[in-house]
Amino acid sequence: MTARTLYDKLWDSHLVKEREDGSSIIYIDRQLLHEVTSPQAFEGLRLAKRKPWRIDANLATPDHNVPTTDRSGGVEAISDRVSRIQVQTLDDNCDEFGVLEFKMQDKRQGIVHVVGPEQGATLPGMTVVCGDSHTSTHGAFGALAHGIGTSEVEHVLATQTLIQKKMKNMLVRVNGSVSELITGKDIVLAIIGKIGTAGGTGYAIEFGGQAIQELSMEGRMTVCNMAIEAGARAGVIAVDQTTIDYVKGRTFAPKGEQWDLAVANWSDLHSDVDAQFDKVIEIEGSSIEPQVSWGTSPEMVVAIGELIPDPEKEPDPVKRESIERALEYMGLKAGMPVNDIQLDSVFIGSCTNSRIEDIRAAAQVVKGKKIASTIEQAMVVPGSGLIKQQAEEEGLDTIFTDAGIEWREPGCSMCLAMNADKLASGKHCAATSNRNFEGRQGFGGRTHLVSPAMAAAAAIAGHFVDIRDVEIAQS
Amino acid sequence: MKKFTELNGIVTPLDRANVDTDMIIPKQFLKSIKRTGFGQNLFDELRYLDEGHADTSCEGRPLNTDFVMNQSRYAGTSVLLARQNFGCGSSREHAPWALDDYGYRCVIAPSFADIFFNNCFKNGLLPIVLGEEIVDKLFVETFSTEGYSLNIDLPSQTITTPPGEKISFEVEKFRKHCLLNGLDEIGVTLESEDDIRAYETKRRVAAPWLFDAIKAQ
Repeated sequence: MTARTLYDKLWDSHLVKEREDGSSIIYIDRQLLHEVTSPQAFEGLRLAKRKPWRIDANLATPDHNVPTTDRSGGVEAISDRVSRIQVQTLDDNCDEFGVLEFKMQDKRQGIVHVVGPEQGATLPGMTVVCGDSHTSTHGAFGALAHGIGTSEVEHVLATQTLIQKKMKNMLVRVNGSVSELITGKDIVLAIIGKIGTAGGTGYAIEFGGQAIQELSMEGRMTVCNMAIEAGARAGVIAVDQTTIDYVKGRTFAPKGEQWDLAVANWSDLHSDVDAQFDKVIEIEGSSIEPQVSWGTSPEMVVAIGELIPDPEKEPDPVKRESIERALEYMGLKAGMPVNDIQLDSVFIGSCTNSRIEDIRAAAQVVKGKKIASTIEQAMVVPGSGLIKQQAEEEGLDTIFTDAGIEWREPGCSMCLAMNADKLASGKHCAATSNRNFEGRQGFGGRTHLVSPAMAAAAAIAGHFVDIRDVEIAQS
Repeated sequence: MKKFTELNGIVTPLDRANVDTDMIIPKQFLKSIKRTGFGQNLFDELRYLDEGHADTSCEGRPLNTDFVMNQSRYAGTSVLLARQNFGCGSSREHAPWALDDYGYRCVIAPSFADIFFNNCFKNGLLPIVLGEEIVDKLFVETFSTEGYSLNIDLPSQTITTPPGEKISFEVEKFRKHCLLNGLDEIGVTLESEDDIRAYETKRRVAAPWLFDAIKAQ
């Protein structure tokens, strides 16, 4: 048998049928649902009088619109009328169709891409879809996972399949180890800086190499989460003992004999030694430094200590214009050190970086310190109610509040500002989220993407500093 | 789904690379539970000078007159000419819904982001990939000729420019078939219901842990 990549194996094992016209029907094991991209899909089912194919394949939770402040008033108390209707509509649809939903006041509620893995609803070898581009996150488990549009959400509900064309294979190998304090976020931002936001278009990216193998599951999820920011719908990482240890014992993970059977089954979830990739990118782990985005696209990123690029030095006219436009929007000057950007706000959260490891890393940096007087708002938004609870058990919440950082309820929050958490126009925010597009965190807001530790250090200093120069509390 | 066969449309040139779906339709408008009504907020942050709010009329809002869509020469447009990596970012289908609701039926660019490209076909919107040089030429012609329009013929996969130049384009066979006939893709897939059931039965035996673990209380 010819050598296959991990993506090839996942594709083959889910192939229902190849059709004469070159398209394929692919079986979907798990669909995650949230309030923004599902209402029209449920409505479509109702209008066509169709029933969901397999209810037990679906899991729902509201995340984009939910308030991160006091929720004791329930859904009725969401002040924004349209947000309230959307969250209520998800509750109503899940009740009507019998889909398991972790509702807003359930402590298992959270960001879908945090909740799925946390509950063991994401398992190795699965196909996982969700009406959200950051579904690539789940590829960290050796699963084929990607975002879909609402029509496809409906298609999966109705048929448990998708019509797909196979993607090409790309391997991004990070050789050797990364230095201390370099995180999955720095690795993936460095990769995007190298290959660009369209570098992975048409590919499924496998992340491999020693530096990736040495990451925790949290770090791997951060890397796969941002595969889409490199243009790749799906990112995958081979299954190893780290994966299996993370999954074991989770609510929806197999138990007993089925667990043993599953683990044996998962041992093949890696690319064969001789597998051929259409494209291979190599990066030396030791060359990766803490990353900071300066512009309005995740590829507009530099290492801490570097200068903001000069458009005059860019030969490609389309890129030059993009740099000029980004500098204008961001209110920055070419050639300025990225460390000198004065920050107004700090956001630690999102499906990229809101897991317990991220929160611990930020807490270690701020422990015993106060945020800079120039920081108008700093907040930590945990990825789920269970993470919030765990962090509180570890005393992390008081470390943040003592430092002047707000401790919030779980949700997507200021990553995309669909709820009340918005970055004001013209303000600069150090954010652990995934997109620095114009207006992403709020109309006119200016986003800088960094790791949780870098965001925490920036909150204390009021500007970006090299995390390797910062005194860090021992856990 | 709306059929797409042939289109004669005025072209709007959006001369900007990496147009993301946040730009096409900003997040505050995603709170709607409907598929329609997004047209007035298409490119909201580029089109208007103030901040737009969901569920609110755009009448009387200050327009950014520099933005192409606000220029009278492009009124009644149905073809959007764009640059590389159009539609990157979020998977929101609200992006093609907004384009469609405004009146666009076709987007031409040198490259598209995968999810956006896929979402277009579900909504009777035709995304066409053309070479960088051809796109450059179309930009030049569109800017220099008021009322510049293209004829887009899906059956023959041909674009005809006003001077009569023919440009051929690629489209996947199944997608073309669905567009030409306005097919409901779910209906087409359900014709393979037996194959899906057969696959599922085998999978249930091979990987039983993937079934019945999740149940609503």
